[in-house]
Amino acid sequence: MATFVLQIENLGIQAKRSTILEGISFDVTPGEIFGIIGESGAGKSTLAMATVGLLRAGCRRVAGSVRLAGKSLLDLSQADLERTRRRKVSYVAQSAAACFNPFYRLGEQVTELAALELGKSRAERQRLAADLFRELQLPDPERFGDRYPHQVSGGQLQRAMIAMALLNEPELIIFDEPTTALDVTTQLEVLRLIRKVVKGRGCGSIYISHDLAVVSQLADRVMVLRHGKVVEMGPTRDLIENPQAGYTRDLVANQTTTSSVPDPAASRPIVSVENLAAGYGRVSAIRDISLDLSSGHITCLVGESGSGKTTLARTIAGLVDLHAGVLRFKGSELPGRVERRDSETRRRLQYIHQLPDLALNPRQTIREVVGRPLAKFRGLRGAAAEHRLRELLRDVELPETFLDRVPGSLSGGQKQRVCIARALAAEPDVLICDEVTSALDPLVEESVIKLLLRLMKARPLTMLFITHNLALTRRFAHEVVVMQQGRIVEAGPASSVFSAPREAYTKKLLDSTPLMERGWLEARL
Amino acid sequence: MLASATHRPAPIRDFVVSRVVSGLVSLVLITALVFVGTALLPGDTAGALLGQNATPAALEALRRDLGLDQPLVQRYLVWLAGALRGDFGTSLASGRAVSEVLLPRLANSLLLAGAGAVFLLPIAIGGGILAAIWQGSWFDRLIGFTSMLFLAMPAFLVGYILIYVFAVRLGWFPSMSVAPFAGGTRAWAQILTLPVISLVIIGQAHTMKLTRTAILSVLASDYVLMAEIKGISRRRIILRHALPNALSPILSISILTIAYLIVDVVVIEIVFSYPGLGKLMVDSVAYRDLTVVQACGLLFALVFITMNFLADLLAMLVNPRQRVPARGAAA
Repeated sequence: MATFVLQIENLGIQAKRSTILEGISFDVTPGEIFGIIGESGAGKSTLAMATVGLLRAGCRRVAGSVRLAGKSLLDLSQADLERTRRRKVSYVAQSAAACFNPFYRLGEQVTELAALELGKSRAERQRLAADLFRELQLPDPERFGDRYPHQVSGGQLQRAMIAMALLNEPELIIFDEPTTALDVTTQLEVLRLIRKVVKGRGCGSIYISHDLAVVSQLADRVMVLRHGKVVEMGPTRDLIENPQAGYTRDLVANQTTTSSVPDPAASRPIVSVENLAAGYGRVSAIRDISLDLSSGHITCLVGESGSGKTTLARTIAGLVDLHAGVLRFKGSELPGRVERRDSETRRRLQYIHQLPDLALNPRQTIREVVGRPLAKFRGLRGAAAEHRLRELLRDVELPETFLDRVPGSLSGGQKQRVCIARALAAEPDVLICDEVTSALDPLVEESVIKLLLRLMKARPLTMLFITHNLALTRRFAHEVVVMQQGRIVEAGPASSVFSAPREAYTKKLLDSTPLMERGWLEARL
Repeated sequence: MLASATHRPAPIRDFVVSRVVSGLVSLVLITALVFVGTALLPGDTAGALLGQNATPAALEALRRDLGLDQPLVQRYLVWLAGALRGDFGTSLASGRAVSEVLLPRLANSLLLAGAGAVFLLPIAIGGGILAAIWQGSWFDRLIGFTSMLFLAMPAFLVGYILIYVFAVRLGWFPSMSVAPFAGGTRAWAQILTLPVISLVIIGQAHTMKLTRTAILSVLASDYVLMAEIKGISRRRIILRHALPNALSPILSISILTIAYLIVDVVVIEIVFSYPGLGKLMVDSVAYRDLTVVQACGLLFALVFITMNFLADLLAMLVNPRQRVPARGAAA
């Protein structure tokens, strides 16, 4: 009994009508990091909540048990449950910004339990907090706790939350996608710290993520969750090197494919940007930008959040004020704002947004959504339009019956396909894709990428693909442009940027992108 | 962020300055609207004063005396120039200085509204908080039902029902109000009771619903969930984690409640014939007593704008995000 920190047996949880979790069994031993991987809707969060004895409103347990430090959590009285949570378990959530109370200083929140459980004085709590902040390498640890949550960065908040989780010396820590909202370089720092503090303390932990590479670097054992059921479970190396279930094999294959694209024939630039500066209001968010999009090539624009990727893409699309420089399309100069571009130019430059939910009018049917550019740019109406609509839907691999549906009844991946169909309806020369797969699960992302690649083969398209995911870029970029703080740091053919990056920042980005290979994280400790 | 090196951000000072300026502009616009509105009414002061049998010559003479023969724009500008100097003119109907007519009425209205607020705020906000904490309970459902009932009911109807039951049937309170300062404490407590109860009944529904919603949204936040996961007791979560964050919406709601109370006071004053500012304004409209209507309108607008300003200012002051500037966010 005592050898397990957590034992979950045959756990089943149902919402009103649907089953959320079914037949979940696993255990966590002291000193072990147990990884749980799954796509959105797999039941990861419900499982994480259940391990601290919490069921969301409307959910109920229909079978099984959750035993934490020998206590059956879902059968405890409210007072016993609260005491167990205070003493035995901690939780690190994805959105640190939302999980800290905006009203109190960080130190107060991090050490709240020390005051409640141990009756520590203010001075003792400050010392306790400073020690933890120092261990998590936060700047100025003595005074870090005096800050309010809105005064520190996302990566720092995430580390403060880990400090809070360590405070009560728990037997189990649950990490629920703690690095998903962070940039790769920040993610690496946080992963290193998690590894260090968890292994140093010998407590058990659960690490939940949708990113197999991250989990493979941290976890001793991994469980693959899908549709609320366990697909496969085993030691991390076995699972990655010899996956049994088809779904696991797909996940692993998705990480390992390195189908580098053959260098395409040299071609003339279709869009060229010279010494461009642009931004919102009077402040230039990007400057000194010079860039060519070669006709028929895929150019990937990479960089961390705030680097100016989207601003550059939106400037080319004519949605941001041009402050300096020249934009050329097929050799002729392009007006800065889209309102001053002629209809033909607009048709030739199409833009696909990151979040299809925001880019699609929820009240319009797919026929209206895709039919509008057909009518506007191609003048197609009636039977001709209907014929083209069906063709476009086939092109993006959606059934024709979707024409009469509204976006709300489609999945995330399907909605993004509708957005692609809408862009294609204009028969553009240049397609600007702004993080179009960032909100999608890995396998769905993969299918959308494959679709884009096939479309590229079938017609003369040039693509500017913006992403923060370097692993993705590696698989299909012809050219890579790296941005940092509003400037281009490095640009060149993908093969040379990836194999021999010239700039330190590019090297750091590449180095920080998690891989599945054994010892990747250890090499960076 | 870039500006912080050269210019220290002073969000609260900037806010106060911009709101005071926009408040003054609004006040001037409102006086213009009231002026035009009153001028658009059929008939004028002269007609109202002399009655139906007045000769055209007498009307003409009186209009000249009162300055009503001047064009509207000129009359407005003359009034505005006076108002800026603190001179609101003389009542067209009674010939007394407007301030002399207004001030005692204002005191009466403030007494009524103040007494209303003292009872209304704790009842409505306390009720809203309890309804949110006990969401779905019989108490919450009862509050929800009564709120809908009184929201749907016109203010004057509540007053008349109270008068019918407690004044006419039971005879416990007077149905008409005489000047409340006349006879001692007991006398004006008797006069104020029914109007104050009416104000509470009318005003509580809206405030209670807003408070309940504000608390519920805080209780649904991630940091409350986090506190629950940490094993903090329900009582401490509500008192220490949720309520401080609900403070700024509750403050705004309270102050806006007082602003709405002023509107309700007008109706209640008419129903109970209470000699306050609201009744004065309505009576003055009947007499086409433009200067008094104008001054009343200005006062009501001033109260409304000040209350809105205070609500936003207090909400800023209790919110650390507004009070403490973000610094060194990137490191």
